[in-house]
Amino acid sequence: MSNYSEKIKAGYLRRLQGRKVINLLMLAVTFLATLMALIPLFWIVGYVIYMGAPSLNYDFFTQLPRPVGMEGGGVLHAVQGTIIVTVLAAVFAIPPGVVAAFYAARHPNTPLGVALRFSTDVLSGVPSIVVGLFAYALIVKPMGHYSGLAGGAALAIIMLPTIIRTTEEMLKLLPSNLREGSLALGAAEWKTSLSVLFPAAFSGIMTGFLLALARAMGETAPLLFTALGNERFNVNLIVTSGLKSKQNIGQITQRILDQPLDSLPLTLWKYASSPYPERVAQAWGVALVLMIFVLLLNITARLWLANRAKKLRG
Amino acid sequence: MIKQPQPLPESHPLSRIRQFFQHGDLLWRAILVLISILVLALMLSIGWMLWQSSSNARTIFGLSFLLPTTDASWDPVNNLFQAWPFIYGTLLTSLVALLLALPVSLGIAIFLAELCPDWLRTPLNWLVELLAAVPSVVYGLWGLFVFLPMVVAPLGTNLAAVFGQIPLFAGPVTSSGASRLGAALVLSVMIIPTIAAISRDVLLAIPNSQREASLALGSTQWETIWQVLIPYGLSGILGAVILGLGRALGETMAVTMVIGNSIETSASLLRPGYTMASIIANEFAEAVTQLHSEALIEVGFVLFVMTLLLNMLARFLVWRVASRTPQEARV
Repeated sequence: MSNYSEKIKAGYLRRLQGRKVINLLMLAVTFLATLMALIPLFWIVGYVIYMGAPSLNYDFFTQLPRPVGMEGGGVLHAVQGTIIVTVLAAVFAIPPGVVAAFYAARHPNTPLGVALRFSTDVLSGVPSIVVGLFAYALIVKPMGHYSGLAGGAALAIIMLPTIIRTTEEMLKLLPSNLREGSLALGAAEWKTSLSVLFPAAFSGIMTGFLLALARAMGETAPLLFTALGNERFNVNLIVTSGLKSKQNIGQITQRILDQPLDSLPLTLWKYASSPYPERVAQAWGVALVLMIFVLLLNITARLWLANRAKKLRG
Repeated sequence: MIKQPQPLPESHPLSRIRQFFQHGDLLWRAILVLISILVLALMLSIGWMLWQSSSNARTIFGLSFLLPTTDASWDPVNNLFQAWPFIYGTLLTSLVALLLALPVSLGIAIFLAELCPDWLRTPLNWLVELLAAVPSVVYGLWGLFVFLPMVVAPLGTNLAAVFGQIPLFAGPVTSSGASRLGAALVLSVMIIPTIAAISRDVLLAIPNSQREASLALGSTQWETIWQVLIPYGLSGILGAVILGLGRALGETMAVTMVIGNSIETSASLLRPGYTMASIIANEFAEAVTQLHSEALIEVGFVLFVMTLLLNMLARFLVWRVASRTPQEARV
């Protein structure tokens, strides 16, 4: 009898041992999975720095590309183009994004609120190449030519959902007595929204801007048939020649936005598929610059957010 | 003495105007509603514009544009277009990417949500999110010059040598390594952060009572995770997987750079090919005829509808988990 229960106990212990081994094994596997996923990150970052660093120098940022096959030259056109299209995208996307977020945060359950949040979700999932096609059909085709303006509009569509989503989240995080206090003092709804809620949520909203900006800056596909690319694009030249012929700021801006232009990711794509080794070397340089921009924006945004979360908790 | 501002009398015309506009709130609400409707209209007009701009292609080719064939033609000179090779390429690369990414992402999610010591959690979260922040072209550049020759070419050769009899693994592998396999591998790296981050949030949203009950019954930690937490959050994790799939379907630049861009009739994973996004990226700016660009826009429309449906499904699943979970704070 006792022998029998001893046997059961031994069997139980053996199985327990097995379960514990499986436990440890699987927990170790999840840790390894995490490490494995980070290998490409370090591999990419390391390789881009290793290959890209040698081609970075003063000329790289201040010169236009030389004809293919020649050493030297830079990507000034792409740096200027990237700044122009991302600033343009921010100008197009931020005001409507923030306003829509106010609506979504204030009226989440009205039919329009539900529809708005749904379309934000859908917009964030639309492939960027499809956004490019849309901007082509909407702007490039009626205007008859590729332009930086169309590129900026395409990137704005990419930025919009991120801005709406993060701003909405930040507005929802605010304690409701902030709003109620302002209304109780007699401030109108718009006054409350703009001078109480907006400043209170500002740093969170900025985080959203920066993340959206980082994403837009690295996008290539929406620019392929909107901004197209333009190796001779040079803002300095347009401005000086414009000033010489006494054009006003509006005309000069129009001339800048009205022509095709290049951006860093576009240049990277073209250079990477080029058969000339100097261009491929420069592609790595462009990749490095792009990575630095994008990662810096991301890290700044996250530091900002972490800081704010600490402040809210403390 | 401080002069108090006197309120305007009720009958003053300015006061009437202010009352009519509810002290500006009428205007404010009008702006809010207007902009919200604009965002809605933007989503609808993407679909409508693509539908409208591809009308000729749709009427000429009809359904045969999309149906599976073994001898599809894509011939801008003779205006013959069939999109099946691209649809096949997109589905194949995305599904293989998903199969490869899912176990790794689940492992990351479990580690970050359940096991990770606190001091390590924030940096790891950051690193995973940075993986998602690397621009698509940079993935492509790395894939083209580093990953294809160093990993994909040898791996493909070995796969072809061992499994060459199966059509899916038929060789020969190109010397550069450019292939659907390369695209699938790069894609899997790119969708890991998406799936991992959402699954992690799903796991974190599960109330602690579930864990405590399971541990109290004598489960090990792994049994708790695998038999209690994963089934509990299953539809949320499924939502994460579908969002990852949506991202893989629409990914353009990295895939275009590594897939080799050739119109292949071979079904093999080891051969170069095209995806829907990459054919648009490659040919649209240099479309030869009106019909050519309309056919490409139709491919874009199909891609839009696919990602739209997937997104709706995913949001529904994630929402179901969120609405089932009681508002119990997890300490």
